[in-house]
Amino acid sequence: MDDAGAALPIGGIVHASIAHDSAEKHVAGEAYYIDDLPEPAGLLHIHVGQSTRAHARILRLDLSAVEAAPGVVRVLSASDVPGRNDISPIAGDDPMFPDRTVRYVGQPLFAVAAESLPKARAAAALAKVEYEDLPAYLTLEAAKAAGELIEDSQTMRLGDAPGAIAAAPHSLSGRLAIGGQDHFYLEGQVALAVPGEDGDLHVWSSTQNPTETQHLIARCLGERDHAIVVEVRRMGGAFGGKETQSVHYAAIAALAAKITGRPAKCRLDRDDDMVMTGKRHAFVTGWRVGFDDAGKLLGAAFELSSRCGHSADLSVAINDRAMFHSDNGYALQAAEIVSHRMRTNTVSDTAFRGFGGPQGMMGIERAMDAIAWSLRKDPLDVRLANLYGVSGDQTPYGQVVTDSVSLELMTELEASSDYRARRAAIEAWNAENPWLKRGLALTPVKFGISFTANHLNQAGALVHVYTDGSIHLNHGGTEMGQGLNVKVAQVVADVFQVPLSAVKISATRTDKVPNTSATAASSGSDLNGMAAQNAAQQIKARLVDFAAKEFDCAAATVIFGPDGVTAGETKLTFTELVRRAYFARTSLSATGYYRTPEIHYDRARHHGRPFYYYAFGAACSEVVIDTLTGENKVTRVDILHDCGRSLNPAVDAGQIEGGFIQGMGWLTTEELVFDDKGALRTHAPSTYKIPAAGDRPDAFHLKLWDRGENTVETIHRSKAVGEPPLMLAISVFSALTDAVASVAGHKHMPNLDAPATPERILAAIDDIRRRANHV
Amino acid sequence: MARPIRFLLDGAVRELADIDPTLTVLNLLRYDLRRTGTKEGCAEGDCGACTVVLGELVGKRVRFRAVNACILFAPMLDGRALFTVESLKQDGALHPVQQAMVDNHGSQCGFCTPGFVMSLYAHQREGGATDSQGLKDALAGNLCRCTGYGPILAAGQAMGADAEGPEALASLAAALAAIQPIESLDIAHGGRRFMAPRTTAELAAAVEANPDATILAGGTDVGLWVTKQHRRLDTVISINEVAELREIRDEGDRIVIGAGVRYSDATPILVELHTEFGEMLRRIGGLQVRNLGTICGNIANGSPIGDMPPALIAAAAKLLLRRGAESRTIPLEDYFLAYGKQDRRPGEFVEAVIVPKIGPDRVFRIYKLSKRFDQDISAVCAGISIGVKDDQITDARIAFGGMAATPKRAAACEAALTGQPWTEAAVRGAAEALAQDFQPISDMRASADYRLQAAKNLVLKAFLESTARIRVLDAEAVGHG
Repeated sequence: MDDAGAALPIGGIVHASIAHDSAEKHVAGEAYYIDDLPEPAGLLHIHVGQSTRAHARILRLDLSAVEAAPGVVRVLSASDVPGRNDISPIAGDDPMFPDRTVRYVGQPLFAVAAESLPKARAAAALAKVEYEDLPAYLTLEAAKAAGELIEDSQTMRLGDAPGAIAAAPHSLSGRLAIGGQDHFYLEGQVALAVPGEDGDLHVWSSTQNPTETQHLIARCLGERDHAIVVEVRRMGGAFGGKETQSVHYAAIAALAAKITGRPAKCRLDRDDDMVMTGKRHAFVTGWRVGFDDAGKLLGAAFELSSRCGHSADLSVAINDRAMFHSDNGYALQAAEIVSHRMRTNTVSDTAFRGFGGPQGMMGIERAMDAIAWSLRKDPLDVRLANLYGVSGDQTPYGQVVTDSVSLELMTELEASSDYRARRAAIEAWNAENPWLKRGLALTPVKFGISFTANHLNQAGALVHVYTDGSIHLNHGGTEMGQGLNVKVAQVVADVFQVPLSAVKISATRTDKVPNTSATAASSGSDLNGMAAQNAAQQIKARLVDFAAKEFDCAAATVIFGPDGVTAGETKLTFTELVRRAYFARTSLSATGYYRTPEIHYDRARHHGRPFYYYAFGAACSEVVIDTLTGENKVTRVDILHDCGRSLNPAVDAGQIEGGFIQGMGWLTTEELVFDDKGALRTHAPSTYKIPAAGDRPDAFHLKLWDRGENTVETIHRSKAVGEPPLMLAISVFSALTDAVASVAGHKHMPNLDAPATPERILAAIDDIRRRANHV
Repeated sequence: MARPIRFLLDGAVRELADIDPTLTVLNLLRYDLRRTGTKEGCAEGDCGACTVVLGELVGKRVRFRAVNACILFAPMLDGRALFTVESLKQDGALHPVQQAMVDNHGSQCGFCTPGFVMSLYAHQREGGATDSQGLKDALAGNLCRCTGYGPILAAGQAMGADAEGPEALASLAAALAAIQPIESLDIAHGGRRFMAPRTTAELAAAVEANPDATILAGGTDVGLWVTKQHRRLDTVISINEVAELREIRDEGDRIVIGAGVRYSDATPILVELHTEFGEMLRRIGGLQVRNLGTICGNIANGSPIGDMPPALIAAAAKLLLRRGAESRTIPLEDYFLAYGKQDRRPGEFVEAVIVPKIGPDRVFRIYKLSKRFDQDISAVCAGISIGVKDDQITDARIAFGGMAATPKRAAACEAALTGQPWTEAAVRGAAEALAQDFQPISDMRASADYRLQAAKNLVLKAFLESTARIRVLDAEAVGHG
């Protein structure tokens, strides 16, 4: 730790707002990312040659001119892969380089390792490729029509939803298209591979998943796992985009290093990164609900279709998570959730913060607005009436919701955001303003915490205590900016009651903690915090035993406190105790381990308890739209979020605000446009627009729920916070829908799809005006 | 032997000789000087991760400008002071801007952070406004994907005023004065040449002698030819060192903006010309782009989606072109011949744009439609100037960008408006004529349908705004603090 932690009080460190451990390095340009590391002598630079076709047979791949180009040391293609030519996490369907067919525009086809990146790039342009085009399914509709699926469609049922909807006093249905999203981590994909003795490789990779990177490199190279060490100190952002997508480029760098015996770096520039790497899945959601006069649901049916891209990647679990979140925070009473996973000839869509959950929630939130307007009610009242804990506790997948705090959160936010008065003010304002319209929405988030692939819910850590009292901390989680390392360090410092500056945070390495899970599913602190605590507690237990013997006192009287250690009548510093324990031959190093208890899931029946607990939050957003141009602006946001007993409120607040703005971008300005040949047209910030500073409203009121406390035994009763806040931004989309609906007096449901660009808003306004005039 | 490029870095004079003249400052820093704090995020001047600060002598004063190192060619450092994120710490202590970022949790992954620090640093040194809008404008060219910006804006409010004393500034000014070149830069490397003449006459001679040369102003477009299109530029002639071209002259009934005038330098006088220009300029690129990019460069490159031409055409601007000793003046709209083709003859260059003053009897409006409000490229851009007398439309000059292969006047719409009463019905009717003027394309920014519909609505909006207050995205219209 830097000095940031040193001056802080030791007691209570686990719930303190402490700066990110690298903050002082970040602001000084002293935090190293992989491309900042001193380049080893003889380094080769890699440029990846890409498919220019969406789906085609490779008739001829002539790389002779590439090989002969100046500065080129080696050209790599499918026949150069000594092991298994596959970089997929699960399905075995994603080659490092294809040998027979290409399946999307931008698919890595070959790689050039040269003395410089410009030389590698220039050489790659000399490749001669002949293709024979095959039918390409570029949209999920086209894939659906052709029956192209990555797996069988899945169905989840609670009771008889079709019957309940048919019997309900009212029913409504609709369809909503939801666009994908590029991660736009500021640091693009990058890996550096350095050969060592015995053909071993040390690979620095910007990855959320060092273990899988290690395993896949070994498999591609035909090596044992022990020959590969993968290291990651930090990523310049990831958001799910470096859970599997990073592996491809690490494997290419490793292959080049292996074959040439020289260090090799593969760094994608922004355009190549956006074209070649997977994104958030685009969805089309059909929804149908039956409800009573009060707006209470009697049954709901959803048909989810997603664009998965050319390979399975993580799409099975992502679409499962979309199904798990089709209820968001509401008891559906009876439910039927059908999910189709379309194989398209586009880049393989992948993990992105929320992992299908955000898309899953969109349908029910649209339905809530539709129900309310059809009954001339305020959408907030319909939402409140249907919450878990208010109208039921059965999820569509067999888990019982016992910990919902949605009602408390939403009620508190309703008051603190002055929702009712503003609703009335907006109605009055809209009545007087024909050209500008305002909209308001308050929506909840309930997000299930745990990997739904059960085996991933485990973690390891390694803690050493040195004889000067300093502590080395290593764990299997990776730092992508989310503040995981500082949180875990807080946990360890708390065990020993030492200042945070005594704990050294170190790079994640597969030779220190093996067989780790990706840092994903918001689980980083839950899993690694527990594992590190377990390691620290083992060492502490040994120190207690030693002290009890040494000072002839009961173990229970050995107390670690901020002022040092007391053992019976003896007081000594932590360092002194450690030194004496060392001389008495006590092991001061331990590996820690944790696995999440109580969870189980039968995927064949879509039934069980996939989640250890739920995270909750609520947001209220207000917007204004220009009905002449579709331009729009978020003018005020109020957020109340439950982090349990937050490990670090400052870090958690950063996750909430950042997640919200990222979600807002997904639903407003961020639009992926593929042309009719399957080429992505929005592959740089000039054409793909993530939110800028000006998009954040000045009126942004963010609060962590002060009554939050996890009902299950997580690390210090905290809650995961990485993903859930992204979905708070659904309030923005709902508010925009409200503003459009106001054009026709809320008598018709707007046909507004996401992202709600000015163009879509203007089209929705024109459409609703047309419908209103025809009634 | 040609003289080297000379610039200041951390107080020391650095010289660069025998370098690729299109080497970017970003690559110079990262790979030659091993100063890796400055990051590459996009290599096109859109994300700000590479933001560095240039200190430039203007008279006796030093102006601090945040710029994108990724599209700045190394020779453009000549005679200037370069500050990078590594320049800020003093005796191991963080600079107040850096400390404010730490204290306010302004970094998460940290990759965009050096760029934000440098934008804030320049803003502080220039004494920029630290209210929310002032900071948002200063930071519009910096993208962060982690924080949601709140903590960074809070850091901007907390960073305080520039603490550098007058002695330090004076000594920087003196050091800059000492490296101001007398001789024009003319460097050759590996078959490439870079010339930076220092007088208009010298420039005119150089362009006439090298008609195929790439003329470089701010480089916010030309830079991308190298970093994105990977083009090789054999001969580059920079207009940046020609002092006369950096001038703005008020000639009573018109203003003359030299070809080297940056957006950020032109903003005050254009706002004076008409307040509508203020909001338009605020939304062109980020500040880093406006600190380098020029009004005339935006015209000269002939882009169909340049933001300046529609407004300037509506304002009846003229373009001054020069070849050798000859000059000619043409209406701005006549410069744009076809997509990628302009009325610029071999050996000729744009010397200035001449903008007449806008009378109080005209309804003058500029609109830009884009997916993101700040720092985006327009889907549709409109310049609308309508003469109204006694509730009758006397004449109209309406030009659009994004609607055709070039910036173009809406002749049919102008004719349909002229002579009509200044009423909503008449304006609505005349706006329909835009369908005769334009057959826009669909692309990643917008569909043809949206472009045409929105263009019609913008003409209507000009009427509505001039008769009632409806400007949507003003905070006052929204009524919230």
